[in-house]
Amino acid sequence: MSICKKTIMETSELLRTKKIGAVELTKEYLKNIRKNADINAYVTVCENEAVNAAESAQKLLDSEDEVSPLCGIPMGIKDNICTKDIRTTCASKMLENFTPSYSATIYNKLQRSGAVLLGKLNMDEFAMGSSTEYTIFGSVHNPWNGEYVAGGSSGGSASAVAANLAAFALGSDTGGSIRQPASFCGVVGLKPTYGLVSRFGLIAFASSLDQIGPISKDITDCALIMNAIAGHDPKDSTSVKGHASDYLEDLDGKVDQLRIGLPMEFFDSALDGDVGAVIRNALKSLESRGATLSECSLPSIKNAVPAYYLISSSEASSNLARYDGIRFGYRNENAKNIADLYRLSRKEGFGSEVKRRILLGTYALSSGYQDELYKKALKVRSIISQEFNSAFEKYDVIAAPTCPTTAFKLGEKLNDPLKMYLNDIYTVAVNLAGLPAISVPCGKGKNGLPVGIQLIGKPFSEKLLLNVGKRIEKEIGRLEIEQKEGL
Amino acid sequence: MDYDIIIGLEIHVELKTSSKIFCGCSNEFGGEPNTRCCPICLGMPGTLPVLNKKVLEYTIKAGLAMQCKIAKFSKFDRKNYFYPDMSKAYQVSQYDLPICYDGYVDIDVGDKTKRIGIERIHIEEDAGKLIHDSNGQESLIDYNRCGVPLIEIVTRPDLRSPEEAKILLETIKSILEYTEVSDCKMQEGSLRADVNLSLKRKGSKSLGVRTEMKNINSLRAVQRAAQAEAERQAGILGSGCEVYQETRRWDDNKGESFIMRGKEEAMDYRFFPEPDLPPVCVDEKFLKAIQASIPQLPRQRRERYVNDLGIPRYDADLITSNKHLADVFERASEVCGNPKLVSNWIMTDIMRRINEKGEEILNSHINGDNLGWILSSMERGEITHASAIQVIDVLIETGEEPGNIIERLGLKVQRDEALVVKAVKEVINKNPQALSDYLSGKEKAVGFLMGKSMAALKGRGDPIQVREILKKELQSYL
Repeated sequence: MSICKKTIMETSELLRTKKIGAVELTKEYLKNIRKNADINAYVTVCENEAVNAAESAQKLLDSEDEVSPLCGIPMGIKDNICTKDIRTTCASKMLENFTPSYSATIYNKLQRSGAVLLGKLNMDEFAMGSSTEYTIFGSVHNPWNGEYVAGGSSGGSASAVAANLAAFALGSDTGGSIRQPASFCGVVGLKPTYGLVSRFGLIAFASSLDQIGPISKDITDCALIMNAIAGHDPKDSTSVKGHASDYLEDLDGKVDQLRIGLPMEFFDSALDGDVGAVIRNALKSLESRGATLSECSLPSIKNAVPAYYLISSSEASSNLARYDGIRFGYRNENAKNIADLYRLSRKEGFGSEVKRRILLGTYALSSGYQDELYKKALKVRSIISQEFNSAFEKYDVIAAPTCPTTAFKLGEKLNDPLKMYLNDIYTVAVNLAGLPAISVPCGKGKNGLPVGIQLIGKPFSEKLLLNVGKRIEKEIGRLEIEQKEGL
Repeated sequence: MDYDIIIGLEIHVELKTSSKIFCGCSNEFGGEPNTRCCPICLGMPGTLPVLNKKVLEYTIKAGLAMQCKIAKFSKFDRKNYFYPDMSKAYQVSQYDLPICYDGYVDIDVGDKTKRIGIERIHIEEDAGKLIHDSNGQESLIDYNRCGVPLIEIVTRPDLRSPEEAKILLETIKSILEYTEVSDCKMQEGSLRADVNLSLKRKGSKSLGVRTEMKNINSLRAVQRAAQAEAERQAGILGSGCEVYQETRRWDDNKGESFIMRGKEEAMDYRFFPEPDLPPVCVDEKFLKAIQASIPQLPRQRRERYVNDLGIPRYDADLITSNKHLADVFERASEVCGNPKLVSNWIMTDIMRRINEKGEEILNSHINGDNLGWILSSMERGEITHASAIQVIDVLIETGEEPGNIIERLGLKVQRDEALVVKAVKEVINKNPQALSDYLSGKEKAVGFLMGKSMAALKGRGDPIQVREILKKELQSYL
């Protein structure tokens, strides 16, 4: 078995017992990345930096008795997370040549634990999209079938982990951007509780919804990454104190007495029958291990997608206003005056989806429309939160499909933004309510493409979610891409 | 005029915290362009703001000093607009839930006291500065000021004359100086005012259309701008035309204002809650600690000086108009125990020097301790009045310790009786004409000899002692 197929835990053991060196391991991954260039997962591969980091990690492994399990482990990071001295583009022409002079807090943390950055991962421009097709670097292809999308916006992150082009990856999730591609690519993706992981250095899309999280091969790896990245950051005022814990502890997959709520709104007509069957099968396996399943209702969920698109676009219209061609990023050099400089730089620097959302958000915040649009969306947001709160009085976990379908074909929804938006119907409510949710692979559809089950919990219940995920993983097993073996 | 003038002010004040509002950059004025900034105040992608707690403290302090209520729950909002001076293309401000609201400031207009309402005080961040080159081809941006903490004080439209506007601004300036939340250096732009003005036909209940004049940065200019605007509007109304709601720019050199934008061009700032900053909750303990740190304010100090220390009202007014001066006065009075003497000196010799050399002399060389020491030395007769003035001048010039100055220049009053007797005897011997005048009954001669004796002692004799000795010596000739 290729070394790159191994989990972090397995690889870490090999590194510690000197069965493999960190540099050798990194080079294996770099080789794999080159071989799988057709997936288009990476925007930037930093070979030299990676080898240097691996050398440092090896020194740590050689000299220290206690090293982090991430020491020497090759990773990929979504290209909207700032990495000092390494280009960070948001897959946008606007930031195509932007190299930050600072690092995201989570990158600093991962560097300190000895993880090795292989490169920056492809994504939908500014994280706006559900297919990783809105990128100036070209679409990402689903490693399970190259004609299909990898999902988005963290499509590069999910496909890299699924195709063994990184031992793990970091993504960001504003409305499902970790969970949906994880589901499409058959890997584990966790969107942590809002505030649990620092956002400092994450290039903002919608500040009140964005959250960085891990994409991994299995649940244990996910827990391990959370141990490295969760926790308060004085540089992020919205990060919380005292909620991070040891996510590896008691990760035994026990689910007896667990009360699982199944919101009927997530099992509606939009849900593909095939996907529904895979999900029900996974739920049954939980039931057989002592969990109780009950149908419940979150009636306002039907308003989640419009509320989400209004709030996220409103915030985006403000967050993306700084890209004006003045201080950094793309600038049109022919502008004759300041208004032209703004207009042309933004016209040429942003892609169509980004512009669509900026327009929508600007409109939603405008005086005369704000009450009807943005403020109403905020009301929906608080009602959705309340509905989740009351559901959590009765249930420990809410389970649902991550997506209504398996991955769709490249180009299929590119010209129909509304259809694309509706792909997020099961994921956006979680961000509106600031809750943690994980997508765990639980089988394949008839088309051979992976299906993910989504587990949603109370704020800071990541340990519980990981534990339930562990049970599913034990029952169903990891999904591994057979046809790529031997490449 | 047939109209009542209705004026409200919006006053922007830079807080003198040591660092900026959302990052660790220095909050000092000036510096080489773009040397006091970092990725956060430059609005680089991915950076986030963290509120400087001192900003909250200073704002609440200013609010309490202006009798405001302090919101238990307050939040920040984004004010969105495109202009290169604001690095994020939005300004973090407070929209509907300001931290301080519903306060007032009492001002003295003539011999009457008038209460002016303070509608709100909120926190926001300052923008950078645009520098346009002379040929109009290039604009440069200096972001040193970007992210400097500001408060905006919004008054109610309670002012009825340009003079009242100026007095209010003066009063607020001194409150801010007393509470030490701002330098209030208007020439550096750390205090600037917008004047909102409308005219109301006398007797009518409905208000007129108001205009706003932006960024006026001197007390005098506020009064002038308001006066000119009142006249402009009266002229328009008088000719049967309408005043338009607009934003104007006051040009203090030309003495007139120019339109910046009309109502139609009013910006839509698309305010919404700043998602990067959690709401602010102020607890009782924090509030009490701030309350306890507020010093006695100018009006209260003035009353105390008049009623308890017996200082003339005019003098007390002038001394309390400047916190440094008032502090020097209080400390010097404590040291020398004679407030009236200190007040007299401040009103004459100290004020003259401040006018000549600038207010800085109070911060650098003259303080309550050394002034009090000099005056008490004089009171004890250790130095003469003339020497005291000399010591103060040297002190301002060099900053040398007054005791040293007296020592070095030998200003100590000469009391050695033998020396004085010797000097007096010599004077009498050298002036036989004066002696014979005295002996012939001309008392004037005493004055002449007295002057000569003091001169012989290089001005350092104790006049009383010298006079006594001189009289004794002269009597010995009788």
